[in-house]
Amino acid sequence: MSLALEVDDLIVDYGSTRAVDGLSLAVEAGTVQAIVGPNGAGKTSTVETCEGYRSPSNGSVQVLGLDPVRDARSLRPKVGVMLQSGGVPSGARVRDALTHLASFYQSPQDPDQLIEVLGLGKVRSPFRRMSGGEQQRLKFAIALIGRPELVFLDEPTAGLDAHGKRIVWDVVEGLKAEGVTVVLTTHSMEEVERLADRVAVVSAGRVIAAGTPAELTATTTPLVDFRTSIAIDQKELQAALPPGSVLLGSEDLQYRVTGDQSAEILAAITTWCAAHSINIVQISTGHRGLEEVFIELTAEPETS
Amino acid sequence: MTVDQLDLRPAPGAVSTSRIVLAQTRAELRLMMSNGEQLLLTVIIPLALLVGLSTLSWIDLGTDAGTKRVDVVLPGIIALAVMSTAFTAQAISVGFDRRYGVLKLLGATPLSRTGLLTAKTLAVLIIEAFQIALICGVGAVLGWRPTGSPLTALLLVIAGTAAFSALALAMAGVLRAEATLAAANAVFLFLMVAGGTVIPRDRMPDWLGTFGELLPSGALGNGLRAVMIDGALFPVWSFVVLGVWFLAGALIAARTFRWE
Repeated sequence: MSLALEVDDLIVDYGSTRAVDGLSLAVEAGTVQAIVGPNGAGKTSTVETCEGYRSPSNGSVQVLGLDPVRDARSLRPKVGVMLQSGGVPSGARVRDALTHLASFYQSPQDPDQLIEVLGLGKVRSPFRRMSGGEQQRLKFAIALIGRPELVFLDEPTAGLDAHGKRIVWDVVEGLKAEGVTVVLTTHSMEEVERLADRVAVVSAGRVIAAGTPAELTATTTPLVDFRTSIAIDQKELQAALPPGSVLLGSEDLQYRVTGDQSAEILAAITTWCAAHSINIVQISTGHRGLEEVFIELTAEPETS
Repeated sequence: MTVDQLDLRPAPGAVSTSRIVLAQTRAELRLMMSNGEQLLLTVIIPLALLVGLSTLSWIDLGTDAGTKRVDVVLPGIIALAVMSTAFTAQAISVGFDRRYGVLKLLGATPLSRTGLLTAKTLAVLIIEAFQIALICGVGAVLGWRPTGSPLTALLLVIAGTAAFSALALAMAGVLRAEATLAAANAVFLFLMVAGGTVIPRDRMPDWLGTFGELLPSGALGNGLRAVMIDGALFPVWSFVVLGVWFLAGALIAARTFRWE
């Protein structure tokens, strides 16, 4: 399998500040790679180095087998970039901006088709007066206009309504189906679970966890969540649970049990509730979501 | 049209550099033309000054009985028009392009930095051609007749454009976008008045006249007047002053200019 992106032991320094500290990442061609991490973790510096905006202080970056700075001329036509903010002249209108950029490429996307699919057909205002969602969809369209092999998307659905998100996600899935590699920076774990083949969690300039979204969540202990109609005696239920499992209560009749034997835990909960004539309003088993795994992974280390 | 009807297969490839530069030039022109304030600055103000100074005889231009007012006024108006486009409009456009990440996004497209600078320069030259045609046309209606070497005048306009563009980039490099907007207009006004762009230097106090001659605006105005009124063949002093300002501007721009 060929690699569309290969970051090897990347270091990016700004003066005396180290933004990226030995980050490595390999993205297979035709896959969707998510990069997540708290603000200031080094995501943007990494991606901008891949986009050729800055040179590595140390380490190396290869994009589609090319050096983003040295081979910029041959690389730029193959790569689409969606910046987090701006990028469009404040006075430019949707169609002008897209037709203009399309004219740089030999066989670009048809601006009118993109405009229609992304629901920008009715937008008449210049960029500075567009709503956040409209600006976002236009920037997304710009990243696709040159029919790139590889697309960098920086928070593509930030500020979009549910409908807008759905369209962007459908397009990203379409890109992947056609073999386009997508590198996605995002804060939305919902987006990662929906789109990403692999996810890299970046913190303090390094990848601290990587894998498929399922791999990342599977390492955590299984759990059972349930809600009852009336409050339960938590001590009594805890005593009835299989050894090794822990009951966590909350204020609004919502409880969680963590433990490895989910079948036994389920049985214990239902038996105990039946014996005490307590109705179970809702019950489910699963792993902790990516959101919680992410927060735990990137939490500030306790100062004890 | 739905998402699944969109052809998302990759088909990367850029057109030739010259086509990209021309496409960018068109976009620059469209943006400049759609900006009302810039049109006011580059077209309306120079024309209003041309008509006003040529017809309002109570403004003393020091013209002899035999000289037509429009002949004295017109070269300075051309200098003003060049300054408004190559300096003020250029500084504002570059400052805001950078502020809004336009330069950054273009940096990810097949348009190179040299290509972008070429396109911006071409756009400036095209607008200047329009301005000068308009000024000469209106001037002709007011009785102006071309004199002097058109080639030298053209060379002066090009030298002026180079100096003002370099200064515009230097200013956009040093200042933030909002400050650039304010300063571009303030410096324009200062250069216009102190440089004696419009009012001939011999109508100004001596000290201001000498100072003004060292400004790029004064050098261009005086140079154009020397060629277009007095028939000078090559106003060396103007070319030297404009050349020095070009070098200074280019040096500062090269050191300070950031694309993002």
